Amino acid sequence: MVYRPLFLKLLSALILFGAWEIAGRIPVSYAFPTFLDSAAALWRMTIDGSLFVAYAETLKPLVTGVAISTVLGIGLGIWIGLSRVFDWLFSPIFVVMQSAPLAALIPLLVMAYGIGLTSKVFVVCIMAMPVIVLNTAGAVRHTPENIKAMCSSFMGTRIDMLFKIIIPAASPLIFSGLRLGISAGFIGAILSELKITPTGVGDIITFSRSIADYPSMYAAIFSIIVLAVLFLNLLERTEKHLFKGNDRGYVSD
Amino acid sequence: MSQIEAFKHAQPVPDDIAVSTRNICKTYGTVEALKDMTLEFPRGQLTSLLGPSGCGKTTLLKIIAGLLPPTSGEVTVNGKPVTGPGPDRAFVFQDFALLPWATVLRNVAFGLELRGVARSEREDIAARYIREVGLSGFEQAYPHELSGGMRQRVGLARALSVDAQVLLMDEPFSAVDEQTRRKFQEDLLALVQNENKTFIFVTHSIEEAVYVSDQIAILLPRPSRVSEIIRPTGFRQKSADSIRRDPEYLDIVDDIWASLRSYVE
Amino acid sequence: MKLFGITLPAMSSLILWGLLWEVVGQAELTFFVPPLSEVVRTLITIIGTPSFLSALGETAYAFGMGVFFSILIGVPTGILMGRSRLLDELLLPWVNVFLSAPLTALVPVLMVLFGFGMKSIIITTALFAIWIIILNARTGVRQINRSLVEMARSFGASPVEAFFKVYLWAALPEILGGVRIGIIRAVKGVIIGQLLISIAGFGALFELYSTNFMMAHFWAVLLVLFALAFSISEFLAYLERKVAYYAAVR
Repeated sequence: MVYRPLFLKLLSALILFGAWEIAGRIPVSYAFPTFLDSAAALWRMTIDGSLFVAYAETLKPLVTGVAISTVLGIGLGIWIGLSRVFDWLFSPIFVVMQSAPLAALIPLLVMAYGIGLTSKVFVVCIMAMPVIVLNTAGAVRHTPENIKAMCSSFMGTRIDMLFKIIIPAASPLIFSGLRLGISAGFIGAILSELKITPTGVGDIITFSRSIADYPSMYAAIFSIIVLAVLFLNLLERTEKHLFKGNDRGYVSD
Repeated sequence: MSQIEAFKHAQPVPDDIAVSTRNICKTYGTVEALKDMTLEFPRGQLTSLLGPSGCGKTTLLKIIAGLLPPTSGEVTVNGKPVTGPGPDRAFVFQDFALLPWATVLRNVAFGLELRGVARSEREDIAARYIREVGLSGFEQAYPHELSGGMRQRVGLARALSVDAQVLLMDEPFSAVDEQTRRKFQEDLLALVQNENKTFIFVTHSIEEAVYVSDQIAILLPRPSRVSEIIRPTGFRQKSADSIRRDPEYLDIVDDIWASLRSYVE
Repeated sequence: MKLFGITLPAMSSLILWGLLWEVVGQAELTFFVPPLSEVVRTLITIIGTPSFLSALGETAYAFGMGVFFSILIGVPTGILMGRSRLLDELLLPWVNVFLSAPLTALVPVLMVLFGFGMKSIIITTALFAIWIIILNARTGVRQINRSLVEMARSFGASPVEAFFKVYLWAALPEILGGVRIGIIRAVKGVIIGQLLISIAGFGALFELYSTNFMMAHFWAVLLVLFALAFSISEFLAYLERKVAYYAAVR
């Protein structure tokens, strides 16, 4: 019974990959390789190092964009959450940005900043930032009044209040904002590689599609999904490590 | 068990038994929630299950309701064994269990709705019980518009409207404020008098149990067992407002506290 | 926010930002930002044109179909996952993976499997929306108050009755919340689909205007699109608030 969760996870993976394999064998489409072929392609790309070269390229705009969005987004979010004036001034912009399909801005960004790294970093930032800002601001604004009163009653300073009360209390929502922001950042990074110029993983996907090397294309897609999942797991571990008391729960944009 | 024997000799037990549990055991994995529970509930009377938290009183009530299967043992209602929920029993929930999207009228009629009673008929019955519990005028209100006490009146009306012979009440007044609770207790006494129903009442309040009960079963935890059956008789005939000053009432409350205090953590 | 004792409405700062836009545009600081007034004038001239209307129609169709299928498949799947432990344990890991996966990477697969047309765009839209709908429906079913379930059983409800009279309604606030977020994601999905798969709908207009350097036109369409997305999101939030009263008392 102890191994039930693990067993079911393996079973569930087996069912999905098995279905993939069978669908590839039938085949449902000329462009649908089997799971084993795709896995072989992934292995080949890992061995000859082309996957690592590609990721070095893809991670550049992704990591830069995510880092900027995290620092700027949390900072701005705390500011908006603390100040009524800033809330009034900036919240509407991010509210609109969050509900809007910002991908539409890509043609404009390309015109303004060219097809290089800058545009791609911009795409990652505009996708990732709104949810980070809004989650942080909301959490900071709704810090429970009673623990703030507790802090003042025990002679806490404003700095204490911010770092010992407001930020820890807001941390679960900040992290859920980061989780959503980073996953949006991944969407943005791949979108920019497919739309602006094919580089990195986007290049593997586009190129292998053009020469009908479907196993390589599926392998590249598979690897980026795995990377995103690993990245978010890492974030979750960081949260658990930094804020041990945090309740895990899904909050969404 | 010898104490039970002693009480049987001291006070006559009515021979008309509505509900009985025989050797009920309930285990969750290796945890023993109930062990060998044997109890009898006389018809037309109110029996309280009283005990500290963790003594399994709510578990026993849910087994009687048929919501939980016992690991072993048997529950009978009017001599028939219980295999699941049935129309002879109605449940009143601690947290009211009202449908938030339905009006008071539909909530009260919901038990009848599930029994397939035609709409006009069940709404007539429901309206009657809404009046009876003192909620006239709130038929079209929604639960969120009512106070805690009023919500529990809705739960009570729902249980009454299906006209079950046995009413199972799981700490029904614990989620309402103290003054409302007193009013409820007085109303409950009147209800036991007027309706010829058998009430099984779970509570953790000693005063409440002594105030409303014809018979009190005191349960103790680890392992769960019946430690005592008390049948307050002296003040049952008195008016509702003089019970709390009756010496026997006060003595029983003190006795029960003396026997329970070592089990309260 | 209060100014001279008057409470300013929540979104009123957008007027200020609009004025700033106008000033930046009038000052001709950058070619990419024409004055807001010019954008609005352009907006009025293009809004009735056939090319605009057909773009709107195509986008609305793909969006509508995508949302329709994601709700049709997502809500029952989520409810089943909430009710069955086995199904939940088998499906939940994948739902979580796809919820946060970079779905844009899957678009090329859709293109080779389903072609470069409307079908792929609809599937992209559905793919963006469906996971959060599943997850919320599941959460809704799982957090139904236990005593509500016991109440239905103790009054003798059959499983079918319990489902339609209790479970579905009790999970409604979460289901609607999931649909709202799903729809917001679908708006993004449909535009990404149009940009990547085939240059259709609004995607086509954006390409056309940016390659021809028609900045005012570009911003005008963007303004319409953002306003539509925002209105949809606010309307759904309003609907959700209407059932919120009973989420609190369950």
